[in-house]
This record gives sequence, C-alpha cells and structure tokens, in this order.
Amino acid sequence: MKSTINKQAEISDYTPSQLMVTAAARETANKEIVFVGMRLPLLGFLLAKSTHAPDAIGVYELGIVRDTPAPESILTMGDLPNLFCAQWLADTADLMGLLQQGRVDVAFIGGAQVDRFGNLNTSYVGSTKKIETRLPGSGGACDLASLAKRHIIIMTHEKRRFVQRVDYITSPGYGDGQGWRERVGLPRGGPCTVITNLGILRFDPDTREMILTSIHPGVTVEEILANTGWRLCMAPKIARTPIPDDTELAMLRRFDPQGYWTS
Amino acid sequence: MPDSKLVTMPEAISRFVQNGSAVALGTAQETLIPFAAGHEIIRQRKRDLTLIGTISDILFDQLIGGGCVRKVQAAWVGNVITGSAYNFRRAIENGNTEIEDHSNLTMSMSLRAAAMGVPFMPARTALGSDLFKSNARLKTITCPFTGDTLTAVAATHPDVTIVHTQRADEQGNAHMWGNMGITREACLASEYVIITAEEIVPTDIIRSDPNRVVIPGFRVRAVVHAPWGGHPSPVPGCYNRDHQSFIDYRTASRTPESFADWKAFWIDNVKNRVDYLNRVGKNRIDRLKIKRHLRSAPADFGY
Repeated sequence: MKSTINKQAEISDYTPSQLMVTAAARETANKEIVFVGMRLPLLGFLLAKSTHAPDAIGVYELGIVRDTPAPESILTMGDLPNLFCAQWLADTADLMGLLQQGRVDVAFIGGAQVDRFGNLNTSYVGSTKKIETRLPGSGGACDLASLAKRHIIIMTHEKRRFVQRVDYITSPGYGDGQGWRERVGLPRGGPCTVITNLGILRFDPDTREMILTSIHPGVTVEEILANTGWRLCMAPKIARTPIPDDTELAMLRRFDPQGYWTS
Repeated sequence: MPDSKLVTMPEAISRFVQNGSAVALGTAQETLIPFAAGHEIIRQRKRDLTLIGTISDILFDQLIGGGCVRKVQAAWVGNVITGSAYNFRRAIENGNTEIEDHSNLTMSMSLRAAAMGVPFMPARTALGSDLFKSNARLKTITCPFTGDTLTAVAATHPDVTIVHTQRADEQGNAHMWGNMGITREACLASEYVIITAEEIVPTDIIRSDPNRVVIPGFRVRAVVHAPWGGHPSPVPGCYNRDHQSFIDYRTASRTPESFADWKAFWIDNVKNRVDYLNRVGKNRIDRLKIKRHLRSAPADFGY
C-alpha cells in the first residue's frame, strides 16, 4: 500500500493513511478542545499535539482527558498509557456534558457511509426493517456530530460509501441541507471537513452540500468523481493536499510503530 | 460488621443472573470489562438476557454467540481494534436478537434517569438522527422553560450490573480507578450489583479512601474474587490490554463453526480461573503486567 510520490526535488514515502492522519491533524488549531474518536483520529490528535497544537486538550468518550500525548504508542484509547498521567479520569457523562454545553471545539469521527449533506451511517446498510448489514452503531459518534462546534469525518472514498442518501442517519450532518439542523433542534455544529484516501471535501456555506476542495497527490478529479455516488460539486479552485513532512512522518512512526493503523 | 458477600463466580451468576434478566456490564467501556463473569454466564447457559451498555468491546459479541441474548440496548457493539462483531451482526441480520440503538450519551442518560428515580432524562443529542427509528424509548419533547426541542431518554433499570474492579472488601465496598465510563449510573440504576475484584482486601483499606468507592456495599449483593477477571481488557494498576486476544477473536468469530471452537477452548472447557490463565500462558501473562508503576500520593482523610 506504499505510494511513492516523486515530484521534482520532493521525494517522500508515505501511506494513504499517513496522509489522511496528517490532514486530520492539520484541522486542529492550538488550544482547542478536541473530542477524539476511535482509530485514525487517535493518531491525528497525537500528531497535532506533537506538532502545531501543543496546548490542545484531548477528550475521550471512555472518560479520559489528556493535555499531554500518551507516553507510549497505543492501539486504542483504553490502553493504559492513555490513562497514564491523564489530566482527568472521569465519567463518560461528564465529558458528554462538556459537549452538550458547547465546550468542545472539534470532534473527529469515522464512518461507513456518508451522503452529500455529511450525514453519517454506522448502523444499518439496507433499512432497519430489511437489514443487509448490521454495523457496530453510534458509540459516541452521534453525540459528537450533534454537539461539537464542528466535526471532521475520516473515511475511505468508495462509491458504495459515498451515497446520495445514507440508509440510516446515525450521526447527523446537515440533514437535507441549509437550515435542517436548526429545524430539528440541534444546538450548533455540523461537519466541516471530510478527509478521504483520495481528497478533502468541505461544505458549501449556503447549500450545506459537500464540495471537493483538495485532491491528494497522484489522484485525479475523475477518480474522485468515479468513487462518489452523486454529482459532486467542485470548489472554484481545487488544491493539492500537502504531503506529510519529515517531522510528521517521524511522529506517526513513533505513535504507530507497527503500522497497525497506518500501513 | 455485616455478613460477608464473598461467593464464588458460579454462585454469584447462578443466584443473581436469571434467564430473562436485564444485565449491564462492560460499563467502563474498554477497560475493566468483566470477561470472567461473562464467560460464567455463557457456561451456565443463561437465556433471553437483555444486555445493557455503551461500548463493551467483544464481551457482548461473546454472550450473543453463546446463545444467551434476546435483546441488546447499546451504543456500539464491535471489536474496538478490528471493527465488526460477527455474532452480533449475524444475530441482528437474522432477526434473532432485538436491538435498541443508543448513543453513548443517551445510554448514560437512560441509566441516570433510573439512578435518579425519574422516568426520563432530557438531552440535546441525536435530534434529527434515525436513532429514534430503532429506539422507541427516545422521544422529542419541548422544554417547558425555554421551548427548545430536546431528546427525552426513557429510564433503563437493569436487574443486575456486573462491575469488575481492582479491589473490594467482603461487604462489597469496591474501589475502582481509571476511566469510569457509565459505571456509576449503571450501578445506581440496578436492582442488584455483582462486584468481581482483582483483590479482596480488608475493609480498612477501602475506608482509607471513600472517594474511590464506586458503589457502597449496601447496594452490592455479591463479591467475587476474580484475579485477571478483566482479561483481555486492561485493568489500571493490574495489567495491560491483550491486543492479540482481540485480533485472534476477530478471526475466530467470523463463522459460527470457528466461534464454537473458540468458545469450547476459552469458555466451555475451562475448569477454573487457573486453567484459564494456563491457557493464556505464562509468557503472555508476564508481558501484560504493569511495567511502569505510578502510585498516587495518599490523601489525608483524617480530622
């Protein structure tokens, strides 16, 4: 799965997952309160924390708050190094309370299926009456998507995952477009960015529809369109996603030495 | 001094988990999951249970595969580091097991409502989501004070909550540390509480730090001495997460046949806890032990 990008004098070796994690980390500003989801987001937070966002606070749904990176690599948020010298070990409800009050700046979540308005499904493929595939469910994702000031979605870009309309809304995005969140009573927030293995997408402030804003090196717009299940809108100017730099790659190798998440 | 509640695992499960019971377990989510108790439930062939939890890693999947479960009330059922829980998937897809879908926040509020003795708790989560379609106990309401739309989460009253902790006295006063998950509300909401503990200690030790008591003994019905009772989940201060077990379980649970083999080796044919640990193996056990200790400074509770 290694892709070697050789662009003029710039030579770098990185995997698609490392690029995704790096892009996710760059979405975090210093001093933000970050609600960290399972899997790739775990690494995204560690990377942000170790580079440009040293004062970010990480909040984990199990009841963990960290203001320092875990001292050793972790595969999951419940690994004991992630509890070691934590700032706070608490109840899940305490941290959900932070979210509900509007004190969480940004949350990172993964998804199985997403639609043009950023609604996420991690529960049912098919319908609840005629289930084709049962997925694990919300966990905290519905809460993060409902209540954080903004959230970032990290997922694989495939046509069966990027669908016109999700089969089931586990984690609300913009529903059917502008004004929907307000109408259903959600207090704030919504998805701001979708990071995939092919590119980066954001949301049109007027229509709330997903738009392609950046493509990863070596990927074409055609490839992205072919892997998206609706007629995807484009930003006026499509950027090229910056590749991970040496420091970021070194950090990622430290945090995921076996390449469990990023090989 | 009240009578000792110390019993064996088979006694605790046979007395307090009945066919049809609603059981909350794995309430710290990824840590301190009472696997030893769950395996005893499977060995005793309990049937028609309702499982209650947020994220209980692979324990729910094992109980479903063991044929013990009629209904699941949960936010997430899977294998935290590998993804899908295959027994859960099969059971839901075949319609053999019913599910009430929650988020972590709605599950917590559902138990908190019961813990507080009220019929529901309000929340701001899940509005506009389809959780309302697969959970009839979520409703939208209008706040009588602000007029805001809110999610009302109906109270859940478990018959029994099973909690694995680091230490407890024989009366059931239990110390737990680490992330708490939904443990406090699950215990308080429950009719019975079973404590399984790494260590049974004199009451003085528990009394020296009442802030660390997760549930007072008067709310506990049974205490079980269960060293390594959380394995393969991590137990702060005792042992680390056994990642390989979770990876192996993913492969083993892919088909009903391979799950049956896994269950025979890890549950049905296990004679006792010593036998279980022998199956894990001494090298693996040693690798999981705490290497870098960090003991908290004592707090003075004197007067």
